[in-house]
Amino acid sequence: MGRYVIRRLLQMIPVFIGATFIIFMMVYALGDPVSALFGDRGPDPATARALREEFNLDKPVWQQYLLYMGKIFSGDFGTAFNGQPVTELMERAFPISFRLMLVALVFEVILGIVLGVITGLRRGRSLDTSVLVLTLVVIAIPTFVLGTTAQYFFGVEFGWIDPAVSPDARVDELIVPGLILSLVSLAYVTRLTRTSVAENARADYIRTAIAKGLPRRRVTVRHLLRNSLIPVVTYLGADIGTLMAGAIVTERIFNIQGVGYQLYQGILRQNSPTVVGFVVVLVLIFLLANLLVDLLYAVLDPRIRYA
Amino acid sequence: MRGSTRLIGAVAGAMALALTATACGGGDDEGGGGGDGVIRASWGDPQHPLEPANTNEVQGGKVLDMIFRGLKRYDPETGEAEDAMAESIETDDQQTFTVTIKDGWTFSDGTQVTANSYVDAWNYGAHVDNAQIGSYFFQFIDGYEDVHPADENAEATADTMRGLEVVDDHTFTVRLTEPFSLWPETLGYAAYAPLPRSFFEDHDTWLDKPVGNGPYKIDSYSRSQSMTLSKYDEYAGDDEARNNGVELRVYTDNNTAYTDLQAGNLDLIDDVPASQLQNAEQDLGDRYINQPAGIIQTVSFPLYDDDWKGEDGKRLRQGLSMAIDREQITSRIFHDTRTPASDFTSPVLGEAGGYDEGLCGDVCEYDPERARELIDEAGGLPGGSITITSNVDTGSHRQWMDAVCNSINNALDDTKACTVNPVPTFADFRNQITNREMSGMFRTGWQMDYPLIQNFLQPLYYTDASSNDSGYSNEEFDRLIDEANSEDSEEDAIGTFQEAERILAEDLPAIPLWYQNGTAGYSERLEDVRLNPFSVPVFTDITVS
Repeated sequence: MGRYVIRRLLQMIPVFIGATFIIFMMVYALGDPVSALFGDRGPDPATARALREEFNLDKPVWQQYLLYMGKIFSGDFGTAFNGQPVTELMERAFPISFRLMLVALVFEVILGIVLGVITGLRRGRSLDTSVLVLTLVVIAIPTFVLGTTAQYFFGVEFGWIDPAVSPDARVDELIVPGLILSLVSLAYVTRLTRTSVAENARADYIRTAIAKGLPRRRVTVRHLLRNSLIPVVTYLGADIGTLMAGAIVTERIFNIQGVGYQLYQGILRQNSPTVVGFVVVLVLIFLLANLLVDLLYAVLDPRIRYA
Repeated sequence: MRGSTRLIGAVAGAMALALTATACGGGDDEGGGGGDGVIRASWGDPQHPLEPANTNEVQGGKVLDMIFRGLKRYDPETGEAEDAMAESIETDDQQTFTVTIKDGWTFSDGTQVTANSYVDAWNYGAHVDNAQIGSYFFQFIDGYEDVHPADENAEATADTMRGLEVVDDHTFTVRLTEPFSLWPETLGYAAYAPLPRSFFEDHDTWLDKPVGNGPYKIDSYSRSQSMTLSKYDEYAGDDEARNNGVELRVYTDNNTAYTDLQAGNLDLIDDVPASQLQNAEQDLGDRYINQPAGIIQTVSFPLYDDDWKGEDGKRLRQGLSMAIDREQITSRIFHDTRTPASDFTSPVLGEAGGYDEGLCGDVCEYDPERARELIDEAGGLPGGSITITSNVDTGSHRQWMDAVCNSINNALDDTKACTVNPVPTFADFRNQITNREMSGMFRTGWQMDYPLIQNFLQPLYYTDASSNDSGYSNEEFDRLIDEANSEDSEEDAIGTFQEAERILAEDLPAIPLWYQNGTAGYSERLEDVRLNPFSVPVFTDITVS
C-alpha cells in the first residue's frame, strides 16, 4: 500500500512538469500582453520595455519558463499585473472555491445517492420516471440559465438570499450557488447510482442476504450500496477538480471570487503567472483526488488490493 | 408511493432549511455593510496598482478621484477646469508657469501638502524606471526626455526633470519644452496629483492603503475585493463629501451588480450591463442615468497601406463613412447610449470648449447613394471587398461591427463588400495595430485624458503622435496645432484647433462613429447622483437618506 502511494506520488512529477509547460506555452502563444495595459492608446516604447523587464517578458520563452519554475519551488508564483502576488490571490481564491466545491459535493453525494438508490430500487415506477425526466431537464438547461433564474427569483423576487456573495463567501451564502453548481453532476450521480443499484439488486449475494433474513435496510446499505458505489466514487473523484476549476460560470453569476474568476481574469489580461499558478495547483488537486479515489476502491471492494 | 411522498417532503424540507439559513445570512450582512450615510457602490478590479500616474481606466480612476485633489478639478457639469489646490498658475510666455498652491491642505496621514509633494510626484510619474502607464502626461515638461527617453533601449540620464523647480513650500515653477497655452487646464487629471512622503519612503505599505489629500480617505482596502472610504474631515477643498463614506464592492460581472441593485443590496452601479439597457429605464425609472462621456468611437484606416493613399483613398474613406447608418445602429444596438458623431471631439467639451456639432458635415451623414458614387469614382473597394477589424473579447464590438458591415453592404448592394475580422484578445489587436499590420478599417476609440479639444486631436492625428494609429500626417494640420498651442487666449486657441479639425473632416484619416455615453443606476436611498465627463459618479455630491 505504502509503496503504491509512493509510486503514484512519483508519477505526479512528470505530469506536473508537463502540465505547467503546456499551460505556460499556451498563455505565451496568446501574444504580448503589455500593449493591452495601455488601453486604446499607443504604448510608449520605453514604458513598455520597463514593464516587459519587470515581468520577464523580454526573455526567450524557455528562459521565462525556467525562471518561473525556479521561483515556484521557492514559493514565489510571480505577480499579477495589478501588482498583487499570485500567492495572495491563491490564498484567497482556493479556500472559497474549496468551500463551494464542498457544498456542491455534499448536495451531490446526499441527494444524488439517495435519489439514485430510491429510483434504482423502484425501477419503472412513476417516481423513477419523474426523477429521470428531471435529471434530463437539468442536464439539458445550461448552468447559466439556471443560475441567473435562481438568483433572480430567490434574490430579487422573494428576497430570501443576497444575489451576490460577499468577499468572505461564508458557507451559508454558498448554498444556492453550490446547489446550482452541483445540479448537472447531481443528475449524473443519480443516474449512475440508479443503474448500478438496479444491476446489483439482482445479484446473487443480495438474494443470499435477503434469504439469510437480514433486515432490508442492512441489505440495502451494507451490501447493495457499498458494491454499487464504485463507479459513483470514480465519477465524484474526477468531479472534485471539475467543480473547483469549472465553477467559472457559477462564480461569475453569484460574484464569487474563487478560482474560476481569477483564472478568467488572468486569461483576459494574459497574465501567465496567474494562469499557470492556478492551473498548477488545480493539476495537483486533480492528481491527489484521483489517488484518493483509487485508494477508496480498496476500502469499498475488498477484492482490490494494492501492493 | 408513500415512501416517495415522504422523500419529496424531506427534500423540500432540506431546501427550505437551506434557504432560510441563507436568508438569515443575508440579513446579517445588511447590518454589517453600508452603515448610515454610506454609499454602497459597484467596483471593478483596477488593472494596475493604485498609483496616480499608473491608472488609465475608470475603475482605478474612480478611487483616485475620491482620495486625491490636484491643482485643478473639472467641474462635473461643464467639464471646465477650476482651481482646486491651485491658488494661481501664472505665465507670461505660455511656456514657463509659476504655480502657487493654497495653504492648509493636508494628506489624510496628517502631513502638509507642499510644492515638493507635487514636484516629487511628477518626477516619479515621469521616470522610466517606475514604468508608469501614464508617464506621457509629463512629456511637455522640459527634461522629460532625459528621465524618459523615447528610444526603447535607452537608459534614463537624469533622476528628475530640469523643468521643475521648487521655489518655496507653496510655490514651484514649471518650464515646458514649447509653448502650450492650455497646459494649466490639463492639470485636473489624476496623474498630476500630489503624493505624500510615505509614498516614496514605504511604497508597498502605501499601495496597501493609499493616502491622499482628497475628500475621502481609505479606511480599509482588500485588493480585488472591496474598499471602504470615509469622509476626510480635515479636507480643505470646497467640494467636501455630503455623505459619510463609500463602500466599493468588486463585482465579477456587472450583471450581478445590476441584480444586486434590484434586490436593494447595492446603491449605485456605474456601468449598466449591455444586456439590461433595454430594461433599465423600466426597472429604474429616473434612477437610470444615461449622459455623454468624453469618449468617441471611430474607425481608422491604415494610411500606410497603398490602397488607402491618395485622392482615391480619400474618396473611398468618405464613401464608406457615408454608407454607415449611425442613427439606426446607435438606437437599435446601443439603446441610445451612444450618439451619432458629427465631429472629432465630444459633446462634454461644450460649445465653448470646442465641440462643434456638424463640423464633419455631409461626410458623416448617412447617404447611401452618394456613398456608392464616391466609391465608384475611386475605382471600387480595394480588391473588391474590405474588412473591419477589432478585438471581440469585451464590449459589444462584434454586434456593432456586424451592423456597420451590413449598413455598408446594403448601401453598396453587395453582400460581400464588407466583412468583420474578429481578433480574439485586446492585446493581440493592439499589437497588430502597433506593428502596423492592418490592411482594412479597424476600430479605434478615444477616452479623453482631460476635457480639452487639444486632447481629441493632437495625440491622435499629429504626425507620429503616440496614438496616431492610422499613420496620418498632414503638415498644415501639424502647423495649426502648434499655432493653437502657443495662442495667448483660450478662445483663439480653440478656434485654431477647430480649424485644424476641419482638415481632418476633409482628409478623414478616421471616420467618427458615435459619442459614447456613461450609464449608471442607483437605489432609492440616494439623491443627487450624476456622472462627471469621465463617466465616474460624483461621489461627493451624493446624499444618502
